[in-house]
Amino acid sequence: MNENTPVIQARNLDLTFQTNDGPVHALKDVSLDIMKGDFVSFIGPSGCGKTTFLRVVAALEEPTGGTVTVNGMSPDDARRARAYGYVFQAAGLYPWRTIEGNIKLPLEIMGYPKSEQDDHVKRVLELVDLAGFGKKFPWQLSGGMQQRASIARALAFDADILLMDEPFGALDEIVRDHLNEQLLELWDKTHKTIGFVTHSIPEAVYLSTKIVVMSPRPGRITDVIENTLPRERPLDIRDTPEFLEIAHRVREGLRAGHAYDD
Amino acid sequence: MIKSALSVLTVVAAIIGIWYLACIPMNMHEAVQQAERAGAEVTPAKAIDRLQMGGIALALKNPGLVGGAFGQERPRLPSPEQVAAELWKTTGAMAANGRAFSKRSLIFHGWITLSATLLGFVFGTGLGILLAVGIVHSRAMDMSVMPWAIASQTIPILALAPMIIVVLNSVGLQGLIPKAIISAYLSFFPVVVGMVKGLRAPDAMQLDLMRTYNATRAQTFWKLRLPASMPYLFASLKIGISASLIGAIVGELPTGAVRGLGARMLTGSYYGQTIQIWSALFAAAILAAVLVGLIGLIQRLTLKRMGIQA
Ligand SMILES: Nc1ncnc2c1ncn2[C@@H]1O[C@H](COP(=O)(O)OP(=O)(O)OP(=O)(O)O)[C@@H](O)[C@H]1O
Ligand SMILES: [Mg+2]
Repeated sequence: MNENTPVIQARNLDLTFQTNDGPVHALKDVSLDIMKGDFVSFIGPSGCGKTTFLRVVAALEEPTGGTVTVNGMSPDDARRARAYGYVFQAAGLYPWRTIEGNIKLPLEIMGYPKSEQDDHVKRVLELVDLAGFGKKFPWQLSGGMQQRASIARALAFDADILLMDEPFGALDEIVRDHLNEQLLELWDKTHKTIGFVTHSIPEAVYLSTKIVVMSPRPGRITDVIENTLPRERPLDIRDTPEFLEIAHRVREGLRAGHAYDD
Repeated sequence: MIKSALSVLTVVAAIIGIWYLACIPMNMHEAVQQAERAGAEVTPAKAIDRLQMGGIALALKNPGLVGGAFGQERPRLPSPEQVAAELWKTTGAMAANGRAFSKRSLIFHGWITLSATLLGFVFGTGLGILLAVGIVHSRAMDMSVMPWAIASQTIPILALAPMIIVVLNSVGLQGLIPKAIISAYLSFFPVVVGMVKGLRAPDAMQLDLMRTYNATRAQTFWKLRLPASMPYLFASLKIGISASLIGAIVGELPTGAVRGLGARMLTGSYYGQTIQIWSALFAAAILAAVLVGLIGLIQRLTLKRMGIQA
């Protein structure tokens, strides 16, 4: 595959859910390119189709129109090729497995040899700063640690795409800052392509190379903002004028989406 | 721990107290009659008048004869110590004499019933789990099996049991197997219901997660559905095992069987041996409690090993 072909490419994507209260137009005419190594944040009001877009990419939802390719394949083929790890909003660890056991789950399913499994577990536990917690059960960990464990689980098999749906939504500000820093570090180390849904403007600006602003009814992309911040980002970059300017543009984009509504 | 033991003991004491009290009106007529035969003065003197009276009124008229309501040979309601004595006589005492498996021993009859119960329970649980797996994985089975399973439980077992016994007898099956089938018939249902619920317990997100791993149905079953269903399974097993025991006892009634706890209850009622009926009843209750307790123990060990907090 050519360096310049997008890892994820959506063209005129449409998705209408048929519900009992009539059709819901969750995605309308969504076109987007995500390049290798991009960190793309999706931001927008509730119901604008962020989750739905991620789920279409992950072949958990079937679009009603348009095309998506992942690594040049259909999303379902990419799923079969185990091209991505998916992190849900809730950690969703199995209570009957230890943290180690939870991380091994995808490895067991994908048939990694036993000897390799332990290496993978060790490596990803270190990546998410949970070394030493492998033998604990999920209920013995805090919410933030559980979420990190679920990220480790998505990293355990070497998918080069990571899709994250508000993974830090339920956590407090401090923990969130810390996890944001760690996530950037992890992205830097692993060179993964990341799709990341959030409701927080600072989070989106701090993390991404590209910010996709969406608006609801029907869900569509209203703005795609290239982030010009350097890749090296200490937490206090959030007080610099450059950061605030990009944040301002995102806010404007969100407002414009709302105005369209009225 | 001590507190809960105390509250249990209080309830037991209250039940025994009520039981003793209930013996008086239940057995008063017999007590007065025996006293009269022995030449004592009783009121009213005419037997026909006494028959018109309630037990309590009779006891109030003959307070001196109340003691006779206890310790009768064939009381309408035996007193607790009579039942306890009979239980001991037919279990512990016989075991001590090396006659634990004599035909008069409740251990022997209990074993006969227990073997049918366990066999039926294993059948029923296996069938229940298989049906539940089918129902969860196949829409057709979901639509077709569940209504039949429910319908099967609306037929009174007392009506069905004799038919099962007679039909199986005509093909040469008797004894253990027919009783086990009735047990299985009663115990598969709670297992189906519980297991279907348990296997469906994983939420959409957990199933989606499996899908992102491209897990096969079998993998999803073994790694997600089955472990998630364990708490539900054990809850149904507890109901299932007591249903099995009832099934085995009911299976012993219609044939006029001579072996098993059900048979003891039946022969007891033929000959007015109320003490025998009650001790068989208690043996059955104790057996049920032990079986349910055992499953509870296995449940605790299993869930603990799985790391689930009970
Ligand atoms: N399975 C479904 N069936 C019917 N409608 C759905 C389904 N999933 C999502 N929708 C609808 O599609 C629209 C977009 O939903 P989506 O979950 O993608 O929003 P979102 O941007 O992720 O919102 P939030 O920020 O609240 O998570 C909503 O109106 C939602 O009600
Ligand atoms: Mg969402």
